[in-house]
Amino acid sequence: MINISDSATKLNSLNRRMFILAAAKIIILGGIVSRLFFLQVKENKKYLTLSDKNRIREWKLPPIRGEFQDYFGNTIAGNFEAYQLHIIPEEVEDFRYVIFRVKELLELSEKQFKKIVKKKNEIKPWETLIVADNLSWEKFSKINNHLYDLNGVKPVISISRDYPYKENFTHVLGYVSQANENDLLTNENIKEKFVPGLKVGKTGLEKSFEQKLIGSNSVERYEVNAYGRRISQLAFQTGDKGETIKLTVDTKIQELTNELLKERAGSICVMDIYTGAIIAMHSSPSFDPNSFVFGISQDEWQLIRNNPMKPLVNKSLSGNYSPGSTIKPIVALSALENEIIRPDFTVQCRGHKNPLELYGQTYHCWKKEGHGFVNLREAMKQSCDTYFYEVARRLGVDRLSVTAKKFGLGQRVFRNIFDNEKKGLIPNTEWKKNALGRNWVLGETIITGIGQGFIQTTPIQLCLMTAQIANGGYKIYPKIVANDDNQYADKFMPLFKKSRNIKIIQDAMFSSTNEVRGTSYRSRLDDPKYQFAGKTGTSQVKKITERDRELDLKTFEIPYEERDHALYVAFGPYKSPRYALSIIIEHGGSGGTVAAPFAKELFKMIVDRHEIRKNYDNKKYLDI
Amino acid sequence: MYQYRRFNNKNSFFQKFGNLDYILLSCLLILGFISLATMYSTDGGEVLFHTKSHFIKFIVFFSMMIVISFINIKFWFSLGYLSYAVILGMLIWTINFGITASGSKRWIDLYFLNIQPSELMKIFIILCLAKYFHRMKSQHVNSFYSICFSLIIIFVPMSLVIIQPDLGTSLLIAISGIVVLWFAGLNHKYFFYSCLLSIISLPIIISFLKPYQKLRVLTFLNPDRDPLGAGYQIIQSKIAVGSGGFTGKGFLKGTQSYLEFLPEKHTDFIFTLFSEEFGFIGSVLLLLIYSIVIYRVIRIGALSRSYFAKLFCYSFGTSIFIYVVINMSMVLGLLPIVGSPLPIMSYGGSSMLATMIGFGIVMSAKTHSQQSIA
Repeated sequence: MINISDSATKLNSLNRRMFILAAAKIIILGGIVSRLFFLQVKENKKYLTLSDKNRIREWKLPPIRGEFQDYFGNTIAGNFEAYQLHIIPEEVEDFRYVIFRVKELLELSEKQFKKIVKKKNEIKPWETLIVADNLSWEKFSKINNHLYDLNGVKPVISISRDYPYKENFTHVLGYVSQANENDLLTNENIKEKFVPGLKVGKTGLEKSFEQKLIGSNSVERYEVNAYGRRISQLAFQTGDKGETIKLTVDTKIQELTNELLKERAGSICVMDIYTGAIIAMHSSPSFDPNSFVFGISQDEWQLIRNNPMKPLVNKSLSGNYSPGSTIKPIVALSALENEIIRPDFTVQCRGHKNPLELYGQTYHCWKKEGHGFVNLREAMKQSCDTYFYEVARRLGVDRLSVTAKKFGLGQRVFRNIFDNEKKGLIPNTEWKKNALGRNWVLGETIITGIGQGFIQTTPIQLCLMTAQIANGGYKIYPKIVANDDNQYADKFMPLFKKSRNIKIIQDAMFSSTNEVRGTSYRSRLDDPKYQFAGKTGTSQVKKITERDRELDLKTFEIPYEERDHALYVAFGPYKSPRYALSIIIEHGGSGGTVAAPFAKELFKMIVDRHEIRKNYDNKKYLDI
Repeated sequence: MYQYRRFNNKNSFFQKFGNLDYILLSCLLILGFISLATMYSTDGGEVLFHTKSHFIKFIVFFSMMIVISFINIKFWFSLGYLSYAVILGMLIWTINFGITASGSKRWIDLYFLNIQPSELMKIFIILCLAKYFHRMKSQHVNSFYSICFSLIIIFVPMSLVIIQPDLGTSLLIAISGIVVLWFAGLNHKYFFYSCLLSIISLPIIISFLKPYQKLRVLTFLNPDRDPLGAGYQIIQSKIAVGSGGFTGKGFLKGTQSYLEFLPEKHTDFIFTLFSEEFGFIGSVLLLLIYSIVIYRVIRIGALSRSYFAKLFCYSFGTSIFIYVVINMSMVLGLLPIVGSPLPIMSYGGSSMLATMIGFGIVMSAKTHSQQSIA
């Protein structure tokens, strides 16, 4: 039927075309193979990384925070094991059931419960939901007993901050709490290490040394599938604990300061006059920083916030007080240094009936009957105001301010360690013109001479001032971290022109505490081992009117807010001084009767502790 | 002997048995084994549904292929038009009563199995056209009438599949048909012009595409434009293949598939998984096996006496080649994603059935290579 020759043509054409296609096929196959080669051999590394990126996910764990130790190595801010309850929502089959069951077991309030549910909706399903961060042992074991019923619930023992000395170190250390948005924005390091539940320093040293304390995260590396579910753990990389920071403080003395200031508002600072090491620094009232670790309850917070004694304010550093008579050593020193007066310069103090009158203003001494004729030593001893009015008038505020600033008043004592530290204020004529736009008047100089008026100092500044007088007038740099090896060129530089002047001041302060009629004579310690020298101060909160003078009320009869602040600065032991302190009792009354007795208590302990401290330095005791 | 064979077409069973192409058979068995192993891996190293089902299908259809190879090639010749018509009927049936899955109607329910007629059409269009051109005188091949008629044969099933909608399979049907036209001796210039025409009309065709199809084309041009959406498949597939490296991650150790980053890993993307686990070496070996299979098919065609058998074998071999190339190019990011299974390797009964019928007819051409068809 089919023509033979036609059939042959068809077959020829077919075979020829087959041949053409076969050639094309070989080329295409070569193309596929080269593509495979490109992807699998040449670009292999790139795709391998991409594949690992796909399948490997890392979970950061909260880093373990570094500790704080006191001088003797006692932990004053450490870590403890908190019992927590975590849920990873995607691992729970029936989240509603489980969460209600947990609510029942933990007896959560409706408010807490809503908070947890809200948090659950905010996080990704594979992220950890922290249901409870600090359970009691009873509740924790209750949960553990019911685990069979709580699929996906994880009881976790987590490391958390603990302050064993509670309110004692609050104002030095500050406290930690949950990192908030602001912490993340201001500190790169926190942002990098952030995990839900991370606690960071909010105030004090906890905040200042965040970088050192925070440590590094442990990292869990898991293989995950396309939906983010963990399949298997690949690696666990242990993070480093934060640095342990050793402070110069002595817990025993710190506890004593807390004891002394109980029920009062005020501050006590104790300092080594040669090294500048802070031995104790307390501000009262304080609060328990442990309440902040897991978030403070609203009621407790309101209680702290609304306390009229202001527990949140670190009075040692941020309390600006008129120094009152505690400024007198500096006024006297300045006058001596500038050769305005000599130690035998005498002024007659004639009591309230005959006050000092200048330009129509009257300036009273505190003593109704007057001190009579007083020289420098007597005036310091009895804290005669009239004498210092005259000295200040002759000295002038500008020369006084130079000396005061030299001794550390009017500037931050710790530079940048504490962000809440205040500078205080040492006024002079130029300052007033710039700040207030008015000229200085002589009357202001006169009250500055007794530490009233514009002048403002913080307790730590007064402590530093006293320390520098006590060590013979040499500059020191206070420090609170033990191995703070900052070198300052002007450390131990003399702050005086004639060292005899410093001696005169020291002697005057000695007389004030240890001689009859001295303002703090009643608080003296006779044993030369403990004997100290000091200067009282009573700073007025409001102007004393004529009527007040006539009434002459006792401290307890005046409303709390109008009572004088009681101040005391001292150094000791007098024979070979080593420590200086400053005490301020807000609205305590007179410095001599309220503040000075505390110094007696303190010096007893400080001197005793000095032995231990020395031995500890020489490694005689390994632990205390 | 030669004489005998020449004039007595009725070979004995044993002669037919001896005439089977054992190289082709063993290659198919190896492919089947590889596909089972890969399927086992997609099931996560357990014998689950896909592995079991694939195993049963492979065994049944492979046996069916052996049976077919004993049926005289003349029978298939005579069945050419009828089978085409039946499948066409099934396609129409699909449009009206098909099973809808993931947005398209592709399957019809035959009670004991769901069948996808479009897959069968890929084979039977070759059969139909081969029969059509077998009878034709060479000077008529390029006549207007024959071209029109063959184009109708191609376009009717193609459009029926497009409206399912299933662009990938319809393209493969068209390609199978065009391959036959090429071998039948259609003038080169027609191919050249139609190629030119389709390139020019490409923008117009794209404007007629459905949004998801347009997205696929755009995604092909730049997979990173939507890495978690439309580009996800191709990106993850490239990562899987690329991370396999020279020797692969090892059997059952393909993290991309094991951790479910790979979509469609049982079907269209089976090669990705294979390539991830067995690497460049394994992939080239697999390609080599496919090449041997295609070579054997074409060789059988070359040794066949009848024009019909030759035409069928050449076209079928070339089609298999094109399916493999399209599937691999798609998986390797050389072509846009169109649904096209890898013959034998991919999971899917209809595809396996069609492929095995094809190989069966080829094998029948081998056992009846001396059979001439009037």
